[in-house]
Amino acid sequence: AEVEETLKRIQAHKGVMATMVINAEGIPIRTTLDNSTTVQYAGLLQQLTMKARSTVRDIDPQNDLTFLRIRSKKHEIMVAPDKEFLLIVIQNPTE
Amino acid sequence: IGHPEIFPLVFTTKTQEIFNCRVDKDVTEENCFKLIKKEDIVQDLKTRAAISDFHPVKKVVLEYPGEELLVVFDANFQYGQNFYLVASEEAKENFLKPPKTEEESEEKEQTLEDDAYKHPVHKPWVSLGSEKEVEEEYVKDRVKKIKYMFSRARREFGAPISFTDKNASHVKDSYVECTSYQDKTFSIKVLEKDVGVQMVPKVTEAGTQTKWTYPKNATTQYVPRELSNEEKEEYLSSEKLKQFLTSVCLRMEIALQQNEIMNAFFDDWKALEEDENSSGNKTDGYLKAHRSFTDPRYLKDKNISCVRWHPTIYGMIAESVTKRSSEGERKHLQQDTAILFWSFFDPTHPQLKLEGPDDIDCFQFSPSDPNVIAGGCFNGQIVLWDISQYEEKLQNTKNAVGIRKTVVNMDNASALKLLEYNNVSEPSSMENDESETEQPSVRHCASSSTRYGHTKRITDVHWLPDYFEVNRTGETFQNRTEICVQLVTCSPDSLILFWDIRDTNFPAQQSSEKVKEKDRFDKVSKAPHTSKDPAVIWKPLIKISLVEKGEDHRVKYTPIKISLQDQHYHNKISDKAQSLNKPREPQESPYAQMGVHSNRSLKALQNVSNNFFVGTEDGEIIYSDWAIKVISDSEKGASMKHNVHNEAVHTVQRSPFFKDIILSVGGWNFAIWKEGVTKGPILQSGSTTRRCTAGHWSLTRPGVFFIGRDDGNIDVWDLLKESHKPSHIQSISASRLTCISPWIASPKQQFLAVSDASGVLHVLEICQTLSHPFSNEEANVLDYFERRVDRLKYGIDPEFESED
Repeated sequence: AEVEETLKRIQAHKGVMATMVINAEGIPIRTTLDNSTTVQYAGLLQQLTMKARSTVRDIDPQNDLTFLRIRSKKHEIMVAPDKEFLLIVIQNPTE
Repeated sequence: IGHPEIFPLVFTTKTQEIFNCRVDKDVTEENCFKLIKKEDIVQDLKTRAAISDFHPVKKVVLEYPGEELLVVFDANFQYGQNFYLVASEEAKENFLKPPKTEEESEEKEQTLEDDAYKHPVHKPWVSLGSEKEVEEEYVKDRVKKIKYMFSRARREFGAPISFTDKNASHVKDSYVECTSYQDKTFSIKVLEKDVGVQMVPKVTEAGTQTKWTYPKNATTQYVPRELSNEEKEEYLSSEKLKQFLTSVCLRMEIALQQNEIMNAFFDDWKALEEDENSSGNKTDGYLKAHRSFTDPRYLKDKNISCVRWHPTIYGMIAESVTKRSSEGERKHLQQDTAILFWSFFDPTHPQLKLEGPDDIDCFQFSPSDPNVIAGGCFNGQIVLWDISQYEEKLQNTKNAVGIRKTVVNMDNASALKLLEYNNVSEPSSMENDESETEQPSVRHCASSSTRYGHTKRITDVHWLPDYFEVNRTGETFQNRTEICVQLVTCSPDSLILFWDIRDTNFPAQQSSEKVKEKDRFDKVSKAPHTSKDPAVIWKPLIKISLVEKGEDHRVKYTPIKISLQDQHYHNKISDKAQSLNKPREPQESPYAQMGVHSNRSLKALQNVSNNFFVGTEDGEIIYSDWAIKVISDSEKGASMKHNVHNEAVHTVQRSPFFKDIILSVGGWNFAIWKEGVTKGPILQSGSTTRRCTAGHWSLTRPGVFFIGRDDGNIDVWDLLKESHKPSHIQSISASRLTCISPWIASPKQQFLAVSDASGVLHVLEICQTLSHPFSNEEANVLDYFERRVDRLKYGIDPEFESED
C-alpha cells in the first residue's frame, strides 16, 4: 500500500530506469528489473555499500553513510542505505 | 803404559858405553835394536845395584826366559824414555822380524797372492785379567749358615688329633702384618698431564611434521540466494520497510531531481569541440562515387530491382536483375541470371550468379547465415539459395581476382545425389574448365510451390527475426533454434504469407555422411521429399489476405511492401558490423542443424508485436496485424488505412533508430508515420517534380534518409536541417533509380549502393558529415517527431510548412 505508492512515485521520476529494494544480505525484495540483473546489482551494490560505510566510519566513528551515488557514462546508480535495507535506483540523467 | 812387555828405560851415558848402545854411534834411529845378553844385565845389576838403569826392570830381566833381551832406542820418546826394553821373546821377535817380514811380505804379496787360507791354530789361553772380574762377582757365603733341626718325640706319633679353625685376626699377635700405608715420600704430584681433547659437534637429527593448510572450498554457491514469495510479502508488509522507505525516500527524490535539473558532469568544452567538427566543411562532396558495376553481357538494358549488401564480406553486393519489360511480356525464362554478386575488388566480373526459376524482384540475405538467400520471384515463388560452397571463394575475392573461375554444372539429374539436398554444387562434379572465365552459377535449392504460393509477383520478402517464430495460428513463440527460419512475403495478390523454411528440404548438408539426420528429418517432414528437383511443395505457414471489409464489397488490397515491427537489422550497431566484416571461417551453416519445428514446448512470447505496415499498389498505407482469431477466417481488415501516395508505394521502412517510425515512399511524395498514431502520417512531403522511386533511411544518422528519383538524382533529406526540402541533391545516373541501400563497412566508411534502371549499380561513399551522427542527434530527432505528433494531435495539417 504505502510501500507501493512510494515506490511508484520514485519510479515515475524522469529518467528512472529501475528501482529495487534489497535486504541487508543483498537479497532482493522488490524490483522492477528481471531477476538475473537484479541479483547481480544487489550483490555488487551491497558489497560496495558495506565498503563505503566502513570507509566513512573508519575515518570518523561518529559518522555514517547516508547516500551513495555512482555516476557512469550511461546512467547513475543511487543507493540509499539503512540498517536493514537498501534502496537502489538507476536513473538515466539525460540532458 | 799399555803394553805390558815394553818397559821404558833411561840409559845414561855410562850404561850406554857398557852395553855399546851409545846414541848416535851404535844405535841410530834406523838401527835401533840392540840385543843385550841377559848375563850382562845381571852382572850390571850386581855391580851397580841401585844406580843401574836396569833396576826398575830387574825382576823382568830375571824372569826373562830368553838369552838376549832387546833394547830399542826410542828416538821419538814413544814410550816416554829414550830406550825401552822388550820383555818377551815373542815381542822381541816381532820387533826384529816384522820390518823384515813386512818387507818380505810386501815383496811376497805380489808374488804370492793366492795363498791358501790358513786355519786358525789353537793357541793357549792368555789371561788378560778378566778372571778377576768374574771372581769378584761370584757370590760366596761369608758366614757359615746355622742349621736347626726340629723333631717330635717319637711317642707322640699317631695320637688322635683334632683340628680346629681359628681366625687369625682374633688373636692378637697371631700374625704380624705389614700394612700398607701411603708413604708421602713416594707420591708424586702430577703437575702436568697430557690429555687429548677432541671437539665433536653434537649433531642430533630431529624431525617435525607440520600440517599444511591449504585453502579448500568449504562451500560453493551456484545460484544467488533469493527470497521466496512469502518472505517477500512478509518483508513488504513489515513495519520496518515502511519506516525505511519514508526515511529514505526524501533523499532519493532530492538526488533524482538534481539529476533532472541539470547534468553536473556535462563537459561543455568537449561538447563544443564535437559540434565544431561536424558542422564545418560543407563543401565536401556528400556522396563520392566509389565504384560502379555493370556488365555488358548480363546487364545491358536490364532493370535492377533490388540491391543488397552481403552482411559479412566487405565490399560484396548482390543485385537482382530483371528484364525491363512489363508484366505482359513475361515469358518462361530459361536459366537467365537472376542475382549477381559483385565485389569491390573486381569491378568488371561478377563473382557469383544465382539462378532462379524466374526473375527475382526482391531478395534478402538471411541474418543468421549470410550464405542463405531468400528471393521472391516474378511468378510468385519463393526460392532459397545456399552459397556456402562459395563462401570461401567470395571471401577471398581480392586474392582471387584474375584467376580463372570454373564452371559448375548443375547436376540435379544424377541419381547419386538422391540423398543430397544441396543442389548447389558438388565438389566432386566440378569440372575444372579452365578455359572459360565464367562465374560459378548457383541454382536455387528450394522453392515454393506455385499453387500454394502467391499468384502474382512477390514484391517483398523479409526474414523473421531469430528470436521468435510463428505457428499456424499466428501466435508467436520463442524460437529455439535461434536462427531465422521464417519468412514473410507479400504480393499484389493481396496475400501476406508466412513461410517456414523448415518445411522445405532445405537444410543443406555439405557431406553425405549426414544421411542419418536427413532420414529422420524426412520422416517427420510433411512435404514429400524429392531430391532432384527442388520443386517440393513448400506451402506457406500462414496466409493472410488483406481485404477491406466494406459494407458490401470487399476490396482486396494489393500490398507491395511490408514492414514488421520486429525486424532484424544487420547493421544497426556499427561496431557490430565491424566485427562481422572480418572474414568468417567457413563454418557449418547454422541451418545445417535445423531440425523439425514443433510447437510443443515452445515458450509463447507475449511481447512480440504482430502488427505490420503495408504499402499497397494503390498508394495506401495499411496497418494491420497477423493474429488470426479463427483459422478459417484469414482475412484481415486494416486497423488503419491512409492513402497518402497516389501511386504504388514502393518503400515501407522502419527507422533503424526508432522502432515506431516508418518511412513510406511512393508516387510523388514520401511520408513518415508513427506507429500508434492513426490519424495520419506525422510528416508528409509535398509533391515533388519527379517521381520518387526509391528510399532508404540512413543507418547512422537518425534524421537522414535518401530518396531516389525518376531522373537519376538522389535526394538527401536531413530532418534536423530542413524538413521541407532535401538538404542535398546529387545526380547519380541518367535513368531511374530503382533501389538504394546503405552499408556500414567500417566506422569511417559508409557506402551507398544505388541501382538504376539501365543495369548499372553505383556505389557511393557517404562523406563523414552525412554518416557521422551529432552528439544528441537521436534525442533531437525524437524530439522533432514528438512535436510532429503533437501537431497532428492538435489538428495541424501534417503537410510540411515552409519552416521548421
